[in-house]
Amino acid sequence: MKIIKLSIATVLMLIMGCGKQTPPKANQEAPKSATSDASATADTPSEPITLTGAGATFPFPIYSKWAHAYKNVNGTKLNYQSIGSGGGIAQIKAKTVAFGASDAPLKPEELDEVGLIQFPMIMGGVVPVVNLEDIAPGQLKLSQKVLADIFLGKVKKWNDKAIAADNPNVKLPDTDVSVVHRADGSGTTWIFTNYLDKISEEWKSKVGTGKSVEWPTGVGGKGNEGVAAYVQRIKGAIGYVEFAYALQNKMSHVKLQNKDGNYVDPTIESFQAAAANADWKNAPGFYLVLTEQPGAASWPITGASFILMYKNQDKPDVAKEALNFFDWCFANGAKAATDLHYVPMPKEVVELVHSLWKENIQSGGKAIWE
Amino acid sequence: MKMPRKQGSNASKSPLGDVLYNVFTRGAAGVVILIAIGIVFSLAGNSWPAIEKFGAHFLVDTTWNPVIFEFGALSSIAGTIVSTIIAMIIAVPLSVIIAFFLVELAHPWLSKPIGYAIELLAAVPSIIYGMWGLFVFAPFMADHIQPALQGWFGKLPLFEGPPMGIGMLSAGIILALMILPFITAVMRDVFRMVPSVVKEASFGMGSTTLETAQNVTVKYGFSGLLGAVFLGLGRAVGETMAVTFVIGNSHDISASLFAAGNTIASTLANEFTEAAEPLYMSALIELGLVLFVMTLVIQILAQWWIGRTQKKAGAGL
Repeated sequence: MKIIKLSIATVLMLIMGCGKQTPPKANQEAPKSATSDASATADTPSEPITLTGAGATFPFPIYSKWAHAYKNVNGTKLNYQSIGSGGGIAQIKAKTVAFGASDAPLKPEELDEVGLIQFPMIMGGVVPVVNLEDIAPGQLKLSQKVLADIFLGKVKKWNDKAIAADNPNVKLPDTDVSVVHRADGSGTTWIFTNYLDKISEEWKSKVGTGKSVEWPTGVGGKGNEGVAAYVQRIKGAIGYVEFAYALQNKMSHVKLQNKDGNYVDPTIESFQAAAANADWKNAPGFYLVLTEQPGAASWPITGASFILMYKNQDKPDVAKEALNFFDWCFANGAKAATDLHYVPMPKEVVELVHSLWKENIQSGGKAIWE
Repeated sequence: MKMPRKQGSNASKSPLGDVLYNVFTRGAAGVVILIAIGIVFSLAGNSWPAIEKFGAHFLVDTTWNPVIFEFGALSSIAGTIVSTIIAMIIAVPLSVIIAFFLVELAHPWLSKPIGYAIELLAAVPSIIYGMWGLFVFAPFMADHIQPALQGWFGKLPLFEGPPMGIGMLSAGIILALMILPFITAVMRDVFRMVPSVVKEASFGMGSTTLETAQNVTVKYGFSGLLGAVFLGLGRAVGETMAVTFVIGNSHDISASLFAAGNTIASTLANEFTEAAEPLYMSALIELGLVLFVMTLVIQILAQWWIGRTQKKAGAGL
């Protein structure tokens, strides 16, 4: 009576994007300008470096795509494990990786405690999506108070007076509001709850900001795809997903009221407006959350994903190559990013990041980035 | 092939090969115990901060708030128990019927392919059940089964709330589908091992097929059947992915089976990756410890019950 064991292969799909480019034999290609100014790497010229990183899942697709392209530049490989921001922070603290990645910035005190620096690498937006019949994407406007009250469980019907007041020309259905949130701990939830925290005193006192929180109402889906599936299933549902998921699943988004009081749509431009208007210069340790930023066109729920590195580096050549890679991404990676519906960092912020590298990252008292 | 020598008196004279064989098998068996003890220690050790902070309160509190670090396991424990009970209520009777049909009633040309199909189902990874549950089964529940249940038992609090297709009932049904092939496969083997002499004797006494099944086959293999049930139970209690997809993942306890809930395993699957703070991590590990203890208690109860029925029945499997 032997049980036949069938092994069923699970297929992991890595979104690598550039499947069509056939990479030239990477190792033989001479290092290009990106490293030519680096005298530190001159003594080990032909050996390709493998960079290791671990952390946030949100930027994983774009980091993979960048790494694939960068490999053709000078043969450097990137081994990035998308184990979650919490895991990334733990790994960099244990010094098992060259850099960590986190969707939520660490507080300056926490950075100083272990001698880390952080800088924003890429941005994205979080978008509330709804499942309402006969209402076109972007047709429904939600004010700050209404959005918070919905997620607090206080607005129970879609034809509630509070919603109707903002939408005089929309025929609102008499369906129940079903809130859908992330069940797993995630940077997306952190950004979204941080926004609700900023716009609603009641949210601040009752719930707060976190990668997972005690939700006053609703059901939880696992991952962006789980939330998307639940919202598409449940009539009258409202949830929040990353911008790319809203686009790919053709989900119906809502217009949100930003800090200036305007109702805006989520677009690459409105995310960039939020980043450009943010006051990075006065944010020590780049501790800045991009939610609820000023500006007439700013999308209020924007977030950056951060890279964590040590100030004092034991392996200067690896650290230098990591910075080379990030620099190359800032300079050449914008198109790849927007193709995947990410938002590249604005120029002014990149300059600040460069000066942070210059001033802080060193090995044996010598600055690595010049 | 030579017969193995008797143990005991001439064990000391055995050649080197036998000694090595003895040491190796004992060592391998000992490793199992070491691993089990190691798991208990590391679970207990890592969950100590949470145990110290929350004490026994952890087991009776429904709060699960990672923002202010207030943790209680009650909703997860309740969800684990309720979803498992639903699964067992559905899966056990069906398994008995299917297994009995395959062994006693069906022709070989029918029972063979069905048997293979059951073994095939048992080998499907749980995440497949989860995805199928979310994308295929949940919509079906929402459109057909849940409205029907509300129509029949409208007043019961058990079936209150909007028919979303996800929630405790859906999770229980998916679990039932998952453990059904396991239980059936073992029960089928149990029924096959009932000697035909015993059954023939029953038929000789003038019993009908049903009477023979009830009074002879099931009674004879009762402890084996119990073993099959506990095998399924053990799997249902710890099932992770399939449940996480369809249970709705809320830390509330609701009287309604349509409402979202959570289990210990689903909470761990959801929250482990992003739990960076020590106390949060510790609370999650304590949840794991609770699950471990629950499984242990089930095992002990199972052994005790099986032992008791064996004594009672005298013979049998």
